[in-house]
Amino acid sequence: MAIRERMSGNEAVAFAMKQINPDVVAAFPITPSTEIPQYFSTYVSNGEVDTEFIAVESEHSAMSACIGAQAAGGRAMTATSANGLALMWECLYIAACSRLPIVMAVVNRTMSGPLNIHNDHSDSMGARDSGWIQLYSENNQEAYDNMLMAHRIAEHPSVMLPVMVCQDGFITSHAVENIELVEDDKVKAFVGEYNPVHYLLNRDNPISMGPLDHFTHTFEHKRQQAQAMMNAKNVILEVAREFEKLTGRKYGFFEEYRTEDAETVIVVLNSTAGTVKYVVDQMRKEGKKVGLIKPRVYRPFPVDEIASALSRFKAIAVMDKADSFNAAGGPLFTDVTSAMYAKSVFGPKVINYIYGLGGRDVRTDDIELVFNNLLKIVETGEVGSVYNYLGVRE
Amino acid sequence: MSCKSCNLERKELSPDVTWKDITEGGTIADAGNAVLIKTGEWRSKRPVWLKDKCKQCLLCFPVCPDSSIPVNSEGNREDFDYDHCKGCGICVKVCPFKAIDFVDEG
Repeated sequence: MAIRERMSGNEAVAFAMKQINPDVVAAFPITPSTEIPQYFSTYVSNGEVDTEFIAVESEHSAMSACIGAQAAGGRAMTATSANGLALMWECLYIAACSRLPIVMAVVNRTMSGPLNIHNDHSDSMGARDSGWIQLYSENNQEAYDNMLMAHRIAEHPSVMLPVMVCQDGFITSHAVENIELVEDDKVKAFVGEYNPVHYLLNRDNPISMGPLDHFTHTFEHKRQQAQAMMNAKNVILEVAREFEKLTGRKYGFFEEYRTEDAETVIVVLNSTAGTVKYVVDQMRKEGKKVGLIKPRVYRPFPVDEIASALSRFKAIAVMDKADSFNAAGGPLFTDVTSAMYAKSVFGPKVINYIYGLGGRDVRTDDIELVFNNLLKIVETGEVGSVYNYLGVRE
Repeated sequence: MSCKSCNLERKELSPDVTWKDITEGGTIADAGNAVLIKTGEWRSKRPVWLKDKCKQCLLCFPVCPDSSIPVNSEGNREDFDYDHCKGCGICVKVCPFKAIDFVDEG
């Protein structure tokens, strides 16, 4: 039987890490992810894990230590937020191109400046092209479940890429909610042992990693890395199917909520999806045909599946908790619309809302406003403004 | 040259390897393979060993950063390994007998 508990998102992730029992955790504290290494170092002190915990002097060192540990043949994990993720910047690319399946918990916080510790997605969105798989989580349960699935995806021989598991800072990381945990032995069996084919501490087969590559070979390595990201799609679904057998909880590339006969949908990541579900339920009572698409897998981006799912609707609002400052919409919006165009899905009207920057509260009436605008677009056929800001003082 | 635990072969470092065959992340599957990369092409100046002036003092070979001055089993230096000498000129500077000339590559 699964274990009923109540935990914050940070504790849920730290608890998953305890059950995974990695070889190395190297981390530097940064709000709002600080509690993850804090909880984890307690597990280390209490002898509840076998992990070598490295209290490094910066996030650059944290990711560097993870790269070294993983290259040596170990399983390495870390956690960070915002500017900590930014300080890992060059190391993120090295981890991905060196094909090191590190798993990192990202507790989303806005990138300074202005200096602000609250939630938006500008940190992980900035790393969307670094070659890491990105999984997003609506609540503590999904953050926990994604952590348990992350190693299986990352370490699959056809993938071998690092994974970041994202959750919303404070909203998810610090709110205590009910959660269903999997028993230790079942987690251990599900996650399994990490047995890399090549690793630096294998004295029977000495190798060099990260050598000078040049124009003679780099393009081939990038192409191979791109293939790994494409391969990850099937692996993510396979692992999700196996996880469903274990827990009964079903995961895919994205969740559809009350979309069967919907005319309008909101596409949104992480905790705001929970607010949207509430509003969908309320508006459904009034007979309005509204629904939600909540992407879980943002890298690799499920182009075919998203485009096909969205082709059924009349008007769509893609909501971004990060601005691209490109004068043309947020990152999720540009990915969704380019997927639709590439797959010749021209029917639905699509608009973008940048919302919640720097932790600006997103209320149910904000979401209602978006749905009402979509319903008006369906009624009139007039789109009006495509690129919009929600909840900013005008 | 091949890896003992898998099928990594020398071809995976060759200039015509495809993205499907190349090693993941550029991992080099065995040790001591710098010799495969002919860095002599980078040279703009060439050291020339003047055998008649050379006293075999052997001050030159330990300073060569590319191990391009071979020393034979009798303990004497031989002519340069031009496949790997990058033409840095350190050996020219260190020679007390002006037994190494330094000329422009053509």
